[in-house]
Amino acid sequence: MQQPFEQVVAEHSATVLRVCTFIAGVNDAEDAWSETFISAMRAYPGLPEGANVQAWLVTIAHNRSIDLIRSRERVPAPTDEVPDAQSRIGIPGATDDELWASVAALPLKQRQAVAYHHLAGLPFTEVAGIMGGSAAAARKAASDGIKALRLRIAAESRTEALR
Amino acid sequence: MSARDPEVTALLAATRPDESRLSRLHATLVTRASDEGLLDVAYTTMDSPIGELLLASTASGLARIAFANEDFDDVLEHLAARLGPRILHAPHALREVERELDEYFDGSRREFDLNLDLALSAGFRQLVQQQLAHIDYGKTRSYQQVAESVGNPKASRAVGSACATNPLPIVLPCHRVLRSDGSLGGYSGGLEAKRILLALEHAA
Repeated sequence: MQQPFEQVVAEHSATVLRVCTFIAGVNDAEDAWSETFISAMRAYPGLPEGANVQAWLVTIAHNRSIDLIRSRERVPAPTDEVPDAQSRIGIPGATDDELWASVAALPLKQRQAVAYHHLAGLPFTEVAGIMGGSAAAARKAASDGIKALRLRIAAESRTEALR
Repeated sequence: MSARDPEVTALLAATRPDESRLSRLHATLVTRASDEGLLDVAYTTMDSPIGELLLASTASGLARIAFANEDFDDVLEHLAARLGPRILHAPHALREVERELDEYFDGSRREFDLNLDLALSAGFRQLVQQQLAHIDYGKTRSYQQVAESVGNPKASRAVGSACATNPLPIVLPCHRVLRSDGSLGGYSGGLEAKRILLALEHAA
């Protein structure tokens, strides 16, 4: 028997938003979240008993975030306006913005591997199943991503200290 | 996962969404799901003089009123199994039901004007439950009289089980059905709730 969808939302809402923010970006995260849960709701009655709901949702979040990224690439962003880069996560602050800038600078594969493994807690075999490629490649992408973030954050705090 | 990198800890902290943002997103999901016909059941809870109530509706109408003694998680799981698992907390969808119940509890409403969905009951029980709507505000009937009114005078025990399994108590007023000797009989919301409802209607 399936649990009421409300429980699915309550348990996984925050994780899905984290993943969407990571993959689709700060400004598109909420659209990706909505698309993810609407798609999930459409498919929910057919979800097999005992399925891993978290992995299923992360897969949908992956697909919807990629859709959003592609649709943004097709539609050129207006150039006469400076994009609002302010973080919409929690209390906007310099630290978050720096972190998001560092995240946004990572290659997509690294963002995905870090998000699906470290933020959503999926094992690398499942991460590979979602991203394509091998578990070893997913592990390497996650580790490269964390390493790059460490270097960037360290570099930013050095710059900060020099000011 | 081994010991957590400080970068991961920082990421988890920086990406922790606040509750108000999540509840705003939840509200947009409810709106979109009902616009697209994806919502099997909308529910909410409300306070009342007989304790907290759970209200649940489908696209056809109000399908369930549950009392706090029924464990709302169990009720929702039962609704998922019977009416579909796409259930969301959607207070807005039940605003009119809540308003009419509030008016009933403050004595200013004697009849409900709501669409009902009797999908949770069937057969003789449903027949009895529909018949309950014809017992006027402030009046009572015996199980025996209700059995007679549905053309089955020997079925007073079955009338008792139909009342006990009424998915829409208060609105389909099973609290107005008593034993022939005038004693209360049973009530799914507890006898105290039945007493309060009868007193409310008697006083009004």
